[in-house]
Amino acid sequence: MSDITKQSLTELVENIKIKKLSSTDITKAFIERSEKSKELNAYITDDFTSALDKAKKFDQKPNLDLKLPGIPIAVKDLFCTKNIKTTAGSKILNNFVPTYESTVTENIWNEGAILLGKLNCDEFAMGSSNETSFFGNVQNPINKDLVPGGSSGGSASAVAGQLTPITIGTDTGGSIRQPASFTGTVGLKPTYGSCSRYGIVAFASSLDQAGPMAQNVKDCALLQEVISSYDTKDSTSIDFKRNKYSKELTNNIKGKKIGIPKEYRVDGMSKEIEDLWQKGIQYVKDCGAETIDISLPHTSYALPTYYIVAPAEASSNLARYDGVKYGFRAKGENLIDMYEKTRSEGFGAEVQRRIMIGTYVLSSGYYDAYYLKAQKVRKLIKNDFDEVYKKVDAILTPSTPSSAFKIGEKTNDPVSMYLNDIFTVPVNLAGLPGISIPAGHDSKGYPLGLQIIGKAFDEQNILNIAYAMEEKINFKNKITDWWIK
Amino acid sequence: MSKKDLEYLINRKDNQYEVVIGLEVHAQILSESKLFSSSSTKFGAEPNTQVSLVDAAFPGMLPVINEFCVKQAIKTGIGLNAKINKRSVFDRKNYFYADLPQGYQISQFKYPIIGEGKVILDMPSGQKEVGIERLHLEQDAGKSIHDLDPQNTFVDLNRSGVALMEIVSKPDLRSPDEVSAYIKKLRSIMRYLGTCDGNMQEGSLRADVNVSVRSKGSKDFGTRCEIKNVNSIKFMQMAIEYEANRQVDLIEEGKSIDQETRLFDTKKNETRSMRSKEDAHDYRYFPDPDLLPLEVSDEFINDLKNNVPELPDDKKKRFIDEFKLSQYEATILVSDIDIAKYFEEVVAKMGKNKDIKLAVNWITGELFAVLNNKNLEISQSPVSAKNLAILVNLIKNGTISGKIAKTVFELMLDGDKDPQKIVEEKGLKQQSDPKAIESLIDKIINDNREKAIEYKQGKEKLFGFFVGQAMKASGGKANPQLINEILKKKLQ
Repeated sequence: MSDITKQSLTELVENIKIKKLSSTDITKAFIERSEKSKELNAYITDDFTSALDKAKKFDQKPNLDLKLPGIPIAVKDLFCTKNIKTTAGSKILNNFVPTYESTVTENIWNEGAILLGKLNCDEFAMGSSNETSFFGNVQNPINKDLVPGGSSGGSASAVAGQLTPITIGTDTGGSIRQPASFTGTVGLKPTYGSCSRYGIVAFASSLDQAGPMAQNVKDCALLQEVISSYDTKDSTSIDFKRNKYSKELTNNIKGKKIGIPKEYRVDGMSKEIEDLWQKGIQYVKDCGAETIDISLPHTSYALPTYYIVAPAEASSNLARYDGVKYGFRAKGENLIDMYEKTRSEGFGAEVQRRIMIGTYVLSSGYYDAYYLKAQKVRKLIKNDFDEVYKKVDAILTPSTPSSAFKIGEKTNDPVSMYLNDIFTVPVNLAGLPGISIPAGHDSKGYPLGLQIIGKAFDEQNILNIAYAMEEKINFKNKITDWWIK
Repeated sequence: MSKKDLEYLINRKDNQYEVVIGLEVHAQILSESKLFSSSSTKFGAEPNTQVSLVDAAFPGMLPVINEFCVKQAIKTGIGLNAKINKRSVFDRKNYFYADLPQGYQISQFKYPIIGEGKVILDMPSGQKEVGIERLHLEQDAGKSIHDLDPQNTFVDLNRSGVALMEIVSKPDLRSPDEVSAYIKKLRSIMRYLGTCDGNMQEGSLRADVNVSVRSKGSKDFGTRCEIKNVNSIKFMQMAIEYEANRQVDLIEEGKSIDQETRLFDTKKNETRSMRSKEDAHDYRYFPDPDLLPLEVSDEFINDLKNNVPELPDDKKKRFIDEFKLSQYEATILVSDIDIAKYFEEVVAKMGKNKDIKLAVNWITGELFAVLNNKNLEISQSPVSAKNLAILVNLIKNGTISGKIAKTVFELMLDGDKDPQKIVEEKGLKQQSDPKAIESLIDKIINDNREKAIEYKQGKEKLFGFFVGQAMKASGGKANPQLINEILKKKLQ
């Protein structure tokens, strides 16, 4: 049974289709492993009992034409799931049970998948280490002392630790790609507008995007194919022709032009990362692609721009958590007192910090200097990409400036924490797709990731490049199951 | 009356002050569903029964613009002769309140859907043009109910998310009467267009009133105060009157006016300070990232333009040209779409040989009196346009006299009876047989020979006496014109 959880999504689907495995077999295996893996703290809420019921039901009348037939999947606790508690990692939603389903998860269940549970994340997806969660930090299966990255830390830990065959996260500034990089997994942030935001607890509406996190590129492509859909319930959803990403996946990237942006060679970046990047350049060349040195001149402004735009939107998006309608409510003398106590007790320090920053940059007298300016810079950053995409088909960069750091290492230094997003943030600001794939290990044996950034709606292309590179890299995650007694 | 006499001025010792008023009218869009959700907008439903997950701002819920509301706003813009902006942007207006579930109101701040326009008012002194600054779309908030419980406030979200048009005028109004005329005109235009029912009791139309005063003749504006959320024309007028006088008093005392937001207390008939400029909210407006800029094509706008019905100003012009009505009559008849409809139906039902003047007199006279008495709208009139047309025709063709017509009209009120039938059943048909009237008159003259002689000798006043006798003898049914003619002949 234990080797079931080692199988990739693609293998599991195949084994169900040829009836070698039942949904019950698979679901049981992942539940068993998840139960033995409590120490990772990857789950906030499990739904194991009803998952097993659903698996049995599926096996009685299996529909093998579906893309995820009877596959159990745990998802980030930012996706609203009908009748299952959805917390966004926050105390303020600790008692919140939605009566509705997010479009992305709905798409997954419609293809036959079964909900295993809800995975831990940074509070309202604000964090890069999963240390801001009200439900405690998540451990990285790679090493007991390491953070799994964030905000989709529970998702990354669960995939790397094989508690779920695949998962979905959300990525506002790197929240899929950075934890994927830290855990030796594959994470795709799709083009803004590819996956519906309906039913996803909002952090920064103009940046938020759901995406798959997987053990390999093919699994990632299959899940992307399932979750991406045009949705009239989300006004920013875009109606474009969506590929059958897994079917059209190819490792033939001959002649593709891949840009190498010089601005991503940042100060203080370790030699290990530089070497990894050079190795990556060699891999794509080995695959028959051509690399071209490019410039994205406004890259250094991306992080400050992001830390104005995202908190500004968050400060407004989180105003609805006021204790009036649902969620946590503290007792107060009057309305204002109730608001203050509810929000002071209900939100953690990082969320409060960002609400304050966001409120400040939108205030009259500061709006022009901060928010408006940030919007203008955002446009310049997008223009940088538009310009280079006249010459190249994709861009190759490191995913993060370092490997996973230690739990507690950066909690008292928010700026150093924010610097983690330096390579991922420009992609969100420009609304582009980006994928992180594991590409090697550092001297300590921790995984390192490379990021491939694509043109808008060109997920197929970056998946193909990742697929071709994956074959060359032949990455093996070093996981010892240290947490299983 | 000269134009000068009609000016609204506030007099103090040696000084005269002019009042400058601008209005921000909030008009609820006539629409089955809300601005960003599919919940019903029906008035008067049980609390919290018309609330979607979007209206209650549940996590992950997103607004989706209701195209119908956009059309309604553009139609209104067309009615206000205004610039239609092909690109507009929804912004968030951030503030905390218990009946504002999102913690922000979605509105349009920098780029409204409708730009500058104008409205023409018919004032006793002549026509007056009032500039429209802009019209923008926004969501209404819910309702806080404070008086149901000593401890708790209750919140009803039925209204949360209902579509409003905020119509901002330029500071062109100069008197409470102009404000009244402006609101009525705006209401009339929107009712013609079917974009707002204008029902002030139900809160479909309410206004924030900006008031300032200045010395007569001055070109500079004084410091203004905004009176929030006034929901009847009468209260607007009272509030302006109070507020303008308050400001004049301050100036006269050598004090300055603070720019502030004030409330009108309808019971005490006074305005009170709500918050000063320093305490004004910082709404932290920014473009709503959940919504793309609203873009409409020329085709979309032209399609709406081509389907705009005849509006009050055009209708009035036509009534004057086509039906030879006076300015005054036409103004009354077009003031409300239902009155205009009623009138036009009467005209249509009267057929070929019609007396439009007579019809107008009956509508604005007898019918309006009845409606007034019974406190009814013309759409609830107890007499249908068809039956009123028949009645007018009966007078016109001499079947009944005007006097009998009033009796018939009274009888018609009970169940919209056909006047023709009433005349037949009650035998009210006018006696127009000259021979019968002649013999009737012969008898009267015979019975009153002395008076007849007096008349012939020059006491002309007695003519009335004979008419009266003849009428009385006929039971009021004799054709008065014939009585006149025959009497004159016989008494010669």
